[in-house]
Amino acid sequence: MAVVTYRDALTQALREELQRDDRVFLMGEEVAQYNGAYKVSKGLLDEFGQMRIVDTPITELGFAGVGVGAAMVGLRPIVEFMTWNFALLAIDEVVNAAAKMLYMSGGQYKMPMVFRGPNGSALQLSAQHSQAWESWYAHIPGLKVCTPGTPADAKGLLKSAIRDDNPVVFLEGEMLYNTKGEVPDGDHIVPLGVADLKREGDHCSVITHGKMVLVAMKVADDLAKEGINIDVVDLRTVRPIDVEAIARSVQKTNRAVVLEEGWEICGMGSQVVDFIQRECFDDLDAPVLRVHQEDVPMPYAKNLERGAKPDAGKAIAAIKKVMYLD
Amino acid sequence: MSTEAKRPPTQKGKEKGAPKNNGADAPANDLAATTPELRRELLHSMLLQRRFEERCAEAYALGKIGGFCHLYIGQEAISTGVMSMIRPDDYVITAYRDHGQALARGVGPRAIMAELFGRETGCSGGKGGSMHIFDAKTNFLGGHGIVGGHVPVAAGVGFAIKYKRGNQLCVCFFGEAAVNIGAFHEALNLASLWELPVVFIIENNRYGMGTAISRSTANEDVLVRAKGYRMEGESVDGQDVFAVRECMARAVERARKEKRPTLVEMRTYRFMGHSMSDAASGTYRTKDELEENMKRDPILLLHNRMFEAGELTEGEMHKIDDEAKAIAQDAWDFADASPEPPIEKLYTDVYADTSS
Repeated sequence: MAVVTYRDALTQALREELQRDDRVFLMGEEVAQYNGAYKVSKGLLDEFGQMRIVDTPITELGFAGVGVGAAMVGLRPIVEFMTWNFALLAIDEVVNAAAKMLYMSGGQYKMPMVFRGPNGSALQLSAQHSQAWESWYAHIPGLKVCTPGTPADAKGLLKSAIRDDNPVVFLEGEMLYNTKGEVPDGDHIVPLGVADLKREGDHCSVITHGKMVLVAMKVADDLAKEGINIDVVDLRTVRPIDVEAIARSVQKTNRAVVLEEGWEICGMGSQVVDFIQRECFDDLDAPVLRVHQEDVPMPYAKNLERGAKPDAGKAIAAIKKVMYLD
Repeated sequence: MSTEAKRPPTQKGKEKGAPKNNGADAPANDLAATTPELRRELLHSMLLQRRFEERCAEAYALGKIGGFCHLYIGQEAISTGVMSMIRPDDYVITAYRDHGQALARGVGPRAIMAELFGRETGCSGGKGGSMHIFDAKTNFLGGHGIVGGHVPVAAGVGFAIKYKRGNQLCVCFFGEAAVNIGAFHEALNLASLWELPVVFIIENNRYGMGTAISRSTANEDVLVRAKGYRMEGESVDGQDVFAVRECMARAVERARKEKRPTLVEMRTYRFMGHSMSDAASGTYRTKDELEENMKRDPILLLHNRMFEAGELTEGEMHKIDDEAKAIAQDAWDFADASPEPPIEKLYTDVYADTSS
């Protein structure tokens, strides 16, 4: 098993799927000549040529729609958004076209396509460039939504997403591209809709996804030193969502904290808490708590940004609270 | 390996001159020539749309059709003329005023009416309704409800044709109100930049819902938008099915041989309200204006041409009309007798089973 970066794992997935199926192509801003704004598509133009690695103008709505049309007639587009913040300009094509085409055509037109790009905050990019969008897309029937937190999951989920016959919103962690991890050799596939128990413990469940997986792992390490052992349930995909995995963990630990990068109101955590109260009502020993971004646009100043983001300290405080240790 | 950006599907084509408006004086393309037999087919196609939609209005009043229902009456020369110039393996995509285009394309009248009635036998299984007529058998890619939203999708179909090295084309219909929306501009830019075989057809019926073009569009000459994107453009009388065909002959040839898109304005007029919920006149347009435009009923114009040429008698006209009425009645009867979709279908077609 090789140790690779999250970025290289994504590139491997793209390369392997482009090699596997000539209906697959990648389009987006700066994906070809420039090798990708975040270098995820590095080297692909040279290998696959300009028909399959397609630079677009800055026209998110336009090229997202091009992807939809191409998918309707037999291609398997991968549409890269330079960041998901810019994809708001294209949301009509994602939500009104891609997500509904199969249904409103009575099953006649599949949408085998992937919309992908970096999601969430980075460092001091301030309000318009620091947003986590998963709950927006997870709300929409017809879409699948992936939020990989590790290189292995990034590769395995992206390969599954490209092979899926449905529109998949693939949210990469902008701060994860340089992180490293072991990635299984060969045709590594992670199925959509299956959570992964990243750490096992009996005292509390931390349910999370995306970039927050790394935070949860650090929390698990820190708390282990205090003799507190937590389950880290990495959802990996937030639609479909693995309710059974959530329930299994909470039924074991009887306590849960939901950790996410986005905002509180109608966030992913709201949905997870709803599943927990329905599936695990009699198992709970404490109210479920949530850790998320503060309910403000992302500020620029370092200290304010730190204050706005969810982090290990906030997660540890929440875990101790549900364990009545504070 | 070339790494030229911005123009992946082909190398840059030779520069074209300014878009020309050659609808009136260019020689008629041989492809657009008609025979008496074909003219009869065109008349039949237009009459079928008219009689079918008259029954739609009736069914709507009776509550058999619900939701939004936008009738095409008055614009039939466009759908008939365009569809008569393209091949079965070409693609068609349109907005929500889609019944007439679907009929002209050859989507089954029964399947369309059943869709409008919300029945299981509808072309979209009763899940789409009036605004979402889809039919994979005839490459009819819908029926889309967001103004302008499907215009980039048409560019994507053109992209796929180019990608697969096909020589089909995609025809994309939308109203003149869509020319002010961003999706239209983004799609035109991409289609011209990448040289995609798409014919973009503005059906200019002069009103976006109840807003006249003079109140919505800074430059009413909508063809300037073609020039803005180095695209050929042409404006024709959309009430004249022969003019529509001649214009399409040029656009089709450009798409197939030069792999270039065209923007076409077809000037028309809708004889009914925007949808079933508004009157044909009285608020945003006058009765006089409506009546004046109804003198140029596209069916009447074609009928008169054929009658004057001595190739159609009134008796034959009645026969064609009766056939159209019978097809519409048959579609009604079929739809009315069809079952509603079973409740289990509520949950199907949300996701496709992935087998690839």
